[in-house]
Amino acid sequence: MNLLETTTTALLTLAIYSFLAGDNPFYKFAEHLLVGLTIGYTLVITLKSVIWPQAIIPMGRGEMPGLVPLILGCLILLRLVPRWAGWSRISLALVVGGGAGVAIPAMLKARVLDQMAATANGVTSWAGWIILIGVLATLTYFVFTRAHRGAWGTSARIGRYFMMVFFGATFAYTVMSRVALLIGRLEFLMGDWLGILRS
Amino acid sequence: MRDRLAIITATLAGAFMALQYFITLPIANSAYRAILSWMQIIAAFAIVVGVFGVIRLHLERIGRKRAGWLYSVTLLAGVLVMTILGFAGGIDRGTSFQWVFDHWQAPMQSTVFSLLAFYIASAAYRGFRARSGESAILVMAAIIVMLGRVPLGEWLSPILPNVSDWILNVPALAAKRAILIGIGLGMVATSLKVIAGLERTYLGGR
Repeated sequence: MNLLETTTTALLTLAIYSFLAGDNPFYKFAEHLLVGLTIGYTLVITLKSVIWPQAIIPMGRGEMPGLVPLILGCLILLRLVPRWAGWSRISLALVVGGGAGVAIPAMLKARVLDQMAATANGVTSWAGWIILIGVLATLTYFVFTRAHRGAWGTSARIGRYFMMVFFGATFAYTVMSRVALLIGRLEFLMGDWLGILRS
Repeated sequence: MRDRLAIITATLAGAFMALQYFITLPIANSAYRAILSWMQIIAAFAIVVGVFGVIRLHLERIGRKRAGWLYSVTLLAGVLVMTILGFAGGIDRGTSFQWVFDHWQAPMQSTVFSLLAFYIASAAYRGFRARSGESAILVMAAIIVMLGRVPLGEWLSPILPNVSDWILNVPALAAKRAILIGIGLGMVATSLKVIAGLERTYLGGR
């Protein structure tokens, strides 16, 4: 990267970090620029890699099936016209209904049956037994149609402890990923831009 | 009339997409792929609607000279720059479009995400002051996992990385599996309600 490139990137980075000193015009400028660039990027990618090759080109070739998604897409665009906005619900219904249909077998397999199978098959070791107890205890916590009292309540409480460990581990990973990003930005500012750090 | 048509569409599409999982006929598979492609195209058009919504909002703000209208000019300039560069010069490697993405957009995005490192530190401080046993477990798990993943942890105690792995692979995994099972069952129940026409909030809350 040349000096002009690194300087523009560094100034935009510093503008965003200026938020640490409170909301200010530099941060707001960078924030709005980022939102604008992201919107433009998304628009171009969507038009060039989905709408153009999957809807416009097949219709240009005279392929009739290509007309259906184009009509459904245009129905969605009617949302911009308040008087006809209701017609967009038909396209929306196809996405929501179709998505629901795809989700039933996929979710049932990946999130329920596979997890249950992995838990049941793992009881060949102490760790497997702890996992089984943890899964059952955590599931009892989510049964809200029965009062959490007695043995059921004890199980739910153990489930809460398991969940706290999981949330702690997830929190740790989030902290580490954000700190890694911070280190990356500081390396850029001090190394690539100012030349204080040498790799 | 329109709402009824929408509900029938959702029911038919949902029922077909769910049942085709059990059908091995090639025609069912190609219809499944076609509908998936349509859903992707509709979602792409929905993105276009969203973009026009944002542009309209900011044009209105500029037109009425509302507070912060200059920031709206910046936002629209960003949209315009990326759109012109994307359509005029292409989106491949080495184009101006990719240059703006690599040198402005991606670094700014990673800076925004890295800002959370500062705020998460204050959240951790509040966690350290936690009094209940459950929050103590959360904090202890977080500390062990963090220390187990960095050289400092191994320097403090050679068993810390192993304990960190055990936490991730046993108790954390157990809770994660139970939560996944709960999410899965919830999604299946909601999907069935959508297909049966009982869940209609996607039509606008009616």
